[in-house]
Amino acid sequence: MGTNLKNILSEKRPAILDRWVDHILDTYPSDTASFMRDKKSRFANPVGHSISAGVEGIFEALLQGIVQEQVSVFLDNIIRIRAIQDFTPSQAISFVFFLKKIIRDELAGEIRENSLADELMLLEDQIDSLGLLAFDIFMRCREKLYDIKANETRSMTFRLLQKANLICEKPGEEPDVPDSNSE
Amino acid sequence: MAKGPNKEELSKLDYTLPSTEWMDTPVEFKPGTFCWGAKGKNLQTVEFPNARDWTPVEDDWKLPQEWEGTVLEAMADRLSKYRSFKLFMDICVRCGACADKCHFYIGSGDPKNMPVLRAELMRSVYRKYFTTPGKILGRLAGARELNVDVLKEWWYYFFQCTECRRCSVFCPYGIDQAEITMMGREFLNLLGLNTDWISGPVANCYMKGNHLGLEPHAIMNSIEGMIDDIETITGIRINPSFNRKGAEILFVTPSGDLFADPGTFTAMGYMMLFHELGLDYTWSTYASEGGNFGFFTSNEMAKRLNAKIYAEAKRLGVKYIIGGECGHMWRVLTQYMDTWNGPADFLEVPVSPITGTRFENSKSIKMIHVAEFTADLIKHGKLKLDPSRNDNLKLTYHDSCNVARGMGMMEEPRYIIKNVCNNFYEMPEDTIREKTFCCGSGTGLNASENMELRMRGGLPRANAVKYVHEKHGVNMLANICAIDRATLKASMEYWVPQVSVTGLHELVANALIMTGEKERETNLRGEPLPGKEGN
Ligand code: SF4
Ligand code: SF4
Repeated sequence: MGTNLKNILSEKRPAILDRWVDHILDTYPSDTASFMRDKKSRFANPVGHSISAGVEGIFEALLQGIVQEQVSVFLDNIIRIRAIQDFTPSQAISFVFFLKKIIRDELAGEIRENSLADELMLLEDQIDSLGLLAFDIFMRCREKLYDIKANETRSMTFRLLQKANLICEKPGEEPDVPDSNSE
Repeated sequence: MAKGPNKEELSKLDYTLPSTEWMDTPVEFKPGTFCWGAKGKNLQTVEFPNARDWTPVEDDWKLPQEWEGTVLEAMADRLSKYRSFKLFMDICVRCGACADKCHFYIGSGDPKNMPVLRAELMRSVYRKYFTTPGKILGRLAGARELNVDVLKEWWYYFFQCTECRRCSVFCPYGIDQAEITMMGREFLNLLGLNTDWISGPVANCYMKGNHLGLEPHAIMNSIEGMIDDIETITGIRINPSFNRKGAEILFVTPSGDLFADPGTFTAMGYMMLFHELGLDYTWSTYASEGGNFGFFTSNEMAKRLNAKIYAEAKRLGVKYIIGGECGHMWRVLTQYMDTWNGPADFLEVPVSPITGTRFENSKSIKMIHVAEFTADLIKHGKLKLDPSRNDNLKLTYHDSCNVARGMGMMEEPRYIIKNVCNNFYEMPEDTIREKTFCCGSGTGLNASENMELRMRGGLPRANAVKYVHEKHGVNMLANICAIDRATLKASMEYWVPQVSVTGLHELVANALIMTGEKERETNLRGEPLPGKEGN
């Protein structure tokens, strides 16, 4: 088997994924990072679980070739959470780019020895495109959040006016703010 | 297009957080995580102290002079009054068993949302002023002074606790953070530091009898609208009564059931059931709120708002009270109403007129939950049910903190669901029954401006729903709480948009075969019944 970047990535998969997860968890306060690292139950620790399952899925997609719908699910599972936590937009999606540095660090020797710089560049382009996708997903999550806020407030005001007999349309005619989940 | 950071810059970005001791990290008010401050006029309505408009993000909270004294005095008073509070301040061994059990901690990752740390926010002050080591050793003994920063931290984090009591289930000493939060909110309230979302409904409820401030005609209109819908669906015109003296039963439900979907479908469900039974009951347009937002401000306010229920039962001369599907309402009614506003010796022990069952469990409060009432009917075979009408649904059930963990009602709703639906799937064991995860927005946190916070708190519950959705195709989340019906709807929209939310009696009414009904084409939501899609 020829030495190409993907083979090496496959071999080093556990180490890379561990570092990736660690790096993401380190964006949380240290007590929380240890909780998220140690607690394995997906129900007791949904954030930690979504992150580890998510990065696995994303990594696999990089190895196998990216199918946007598939990889979106994994990105979404992580980003949907970070979009409502204490992060700025760049912090929320930065985890995608962490992978570049991790791969460079982990594979520095191999890349040099086997002259894989070109392959690395291609891979990094792919990671960049995942970064862009991540940004779209982040925006969709935020838009969804605003829709929910707006619809809650709207439907409440509407019903109250209706109850006070100030308006008389049927509820069914009330136009909702368009749903940003549907693309 | 502007150029983004280059690779070098990106790799240099450091996202690790500064680590300071928790006591030295003052709270930062981030948008989306807190509710607006209470309006002066609403506090005035109920004669709360220091009524004024204020804004949490502003430096100046317009605190009264000597506010520290007010808080410490109140603390001394509650410590002597409530033994539990004193114990909870003293006995925590900081074993950490509760630390990762709070939905807000799990969803936010913010250490101050660990129940043990949330309690420390108050304990540290308690130690400083009420314990000898704290007085002498200060910080070495985990004590700190009460100052504006501490007060702000209290406000921020006591309004990030839904008093759900999940943490207490895991505490070897049974320390109940909910009670500490309640105390915290009481003290804050003495300074006029409430939220708009809580104090508005409190003022409304005090003046008009319900959180929404609906006046009698609005309540009746709303119910009229439901009656029209019921007639369209079933061909049966039902005729509920209002404020009727001499009725056997007074029915009280959260006003949320009267104005917002899917609560309205639940309310239609109650009425269809009661009509089919020929129940001698009445609505009240005065005691028109089962919920009690006063409970989220102070014990005293909760008592004042609650008083109308027994008063109205007495005025109307009913025999007992049935309560609609609600969580905190049920806890307040069963655990507090009797001591606050009882004894209700003018009422009788509830006896189901249909089955003859005497609800001994309600001997003292004279009020039963509609889920107990309906479960008893089904058990005695008194309802004709066609569960296949709910065959479009794959259900799971969310235990509301207050009815399940708080009051131990876990079997009745499940029993009902299994009788009115064919497809029911439980969520994983650690997320239901007494270990249920909060909806994330209870205790008056269901405003819109704190949506990020709500989504964080809602994550553990939604995550378990997502699991059964993916595993079994679950598409409907049932519950018996009005706040759940409102808040889980938002939570599902964000986390699991394929799953909708329903009250229990909506399901009951869909399955209920009513005497003289026409062939039903749709369910209560106006959607075609299974098998009638083509019509
Ligand atoms: S009572 Fe509930 S919300 Fe409050 S700290 Fe405990 S688990 Fe968290
Ligand atoms: S579980 Fe109980 S004793 Fe242990 S840290 Fe939590 S509150 Fe304290």
